[in-house]
Amino acid sequence: MGRLNVRLCGIELDNPVIPASGTFGFGYEFAQLYDINCLGTFSFKGTTRERRFGNPTPRIAECTAGMINAVGLQNPGVDEVIGKELPQLKKVFHKPVMANISGFSLEEYREVAEKLEAVDQIGWLEVNISCPNVHGGGMTFGTQPDAAASVVKAVREVTKKPLIVKLSPNVTDIVAIAKSCEDAGADGISLINTLLGMRMDLRTKRPVIANVMGGFSGPAILPVALRMVYQVYAAVKIPVVGMGGVSSAEDVIEMMLCGATAVEVGAANLVNPFACRDIIRDLPAVMDRYGIDILEEIIGGGHLK
Amino acid sequence: MREETLQILEHREIAEKVYRLTLGGKVGALHPGTFVNLSLPGFFLRRPISVCDAEEDRLTLIYKVVGRGTESLSGMHKGELQVLLELGNGYDLSLAGDRPLLVGGGVGVPPLYMLAKRLVARGAHPTVILGFNRRSEIFLEEDFRALGCDVRVTTVDGSYGTKGFVTDAMKGLAYTFFYTCGPRPMLRAVYGAAESDGEFSFEERMGCGFGACMGCSCKTKDGYKRVCKEGPVFRKEEIVWDD
Repeated sequence: MGRLNVRLCGIELDNPVIPASGTFGFGYEFAQLYDINCLGTFSFKGTTRERRFGNPTPRIAECTAGMINAVGLQNPGVDEVIGKELPQLKKVFHKPVMANISGFSLEEYREVAEKLEAVDQIGWLEVNISCPNVHGGGMTFGTQPDAAASVVKAVREVTKKPLIVKLSPNVTDIVAIAKSCEDAGADGISLINTLLGMRMDLRTKRPVIANVMGGFSGPAILPVALRMVYQVYAAVKIPVVGMGGVSSAEDVIEMMLCGATAVEVGAANLVNPFACRDIIRDLPAVMDRYGIDILEEIIGGGHLK
Repeated sequence: MREETLQILEHREIAEKVYRLTLGGKVGALHPGTFVNLSLPGFFLRRPISVCDAEEDRLTLIYKVVGRGTESLSGMHKGELQVLLELGNGYDLSLAGDRPLLVGGGVGVPPLYMLAKRLVARGAHPTVILGFNRRSEIFLEEDFRALGCDVRVTTVDGSYGTKGFVTDAMKGLAYTFFYTCGPRPMLRAVYGAAESDGEFSFEERMGCGFGACMGCSCKTKDGYKRVCKEGPVFRKEEIVWDD
């Protein structure tokens, strides 16, 4: 086992670096730039039962040290993901991939999960109950402990794959929601999804984003993400996948000290398509600098006893 | 797609709020109608800018200052920039015929320059219509003439050339195919006025510029497409104007 290896819900990763859902598509754009098999894994574009176009444009706004997106779960639908995207991905990525799923009803979550259960290529299900950009689904399941648990139970019934629940930071008590998901049978918790935000266009005096609000991500949110990973790690026994503003090897180590077993990288991929490759390349030297021998040994190591 | 570090060789204002930026380094042969994505110090997202001209070791970009990012860029006179290139599909030169029409509006004019240059090199005789609001905004007129193109300029206020819109200058012209780039209302007017098939280059706020984030998706008759990846150039027959 190498210095960078970690074990996430029973599956060995060569390193803890995972491009986050919605910033890596189904991998091909990046596979043209570098060998994406250097990644721990990646979480593919959030998938729903039916094909979705998503929200009107503009969907993107720039912020200081970050960006807002309001894509709205554009995806080809689970059948096309299984029939077209995953067979194509198989040619360029030879590791188990993380399937990110979303829904507008318990039935939809269950149905999408059931279809993906049969695909060997998929290592984990990352159940998104935290998308801020869709109405009547997504985040509405992620803001109440009982509703979150009901999604976990619905998906649990149809999958034996490790089930990771992706939580929203737009809540009053993320720990209560994480514990509720753990009790309902989740194998892991990933956090944080984007923070709800908005910008105004001074020329038009209207919101920049057509959907008015969107999800704020990027380096600016790292401290919020670290705090929430720290809190959730202290409260649950299942592994935590940390994300939010990570863009360097140092950030990965900070996340792991807070309690992350693996670390997702989101917005950084969009401004530097080589971000994840660079982070993985930089990790050993940064570990040396801070006297870290084995990465897995530092998980949660930053907690005060 | 690749990332290159390019040196700022020359950078100056050539019309009202419009700058010509010449970069040196490993550029290579780029296709007309494609764009590059510049990383600006202090700004999170890159800035997508169309390719105006490209040679082996030299890239020319023309952009307008429209916000804080481009304003900051306009103040950079030396040093280097991180550039992702080349992005997007570009124009299909094989459709031109011998008398293509190129219609550009404002900051949509630059990508038509390299297109005209390549079309002339293939033996075509382009007619070029350049539309601006007023005289002080005009740029590249002489450059198109130097290529041997038949150039018509329109200004909305009539301070130079034909008074009116690019579509006023299109009346009565005979052409085999058209290529256009400019603000959305202009593209829509060209769509209505054109008497041949053609290609349109669209603009949209982008996240990544290389197809990963789905930030710039648009509807087409052929399904959903990404302006940055399957575009920015779309064929007339596939366009859906749903606003």
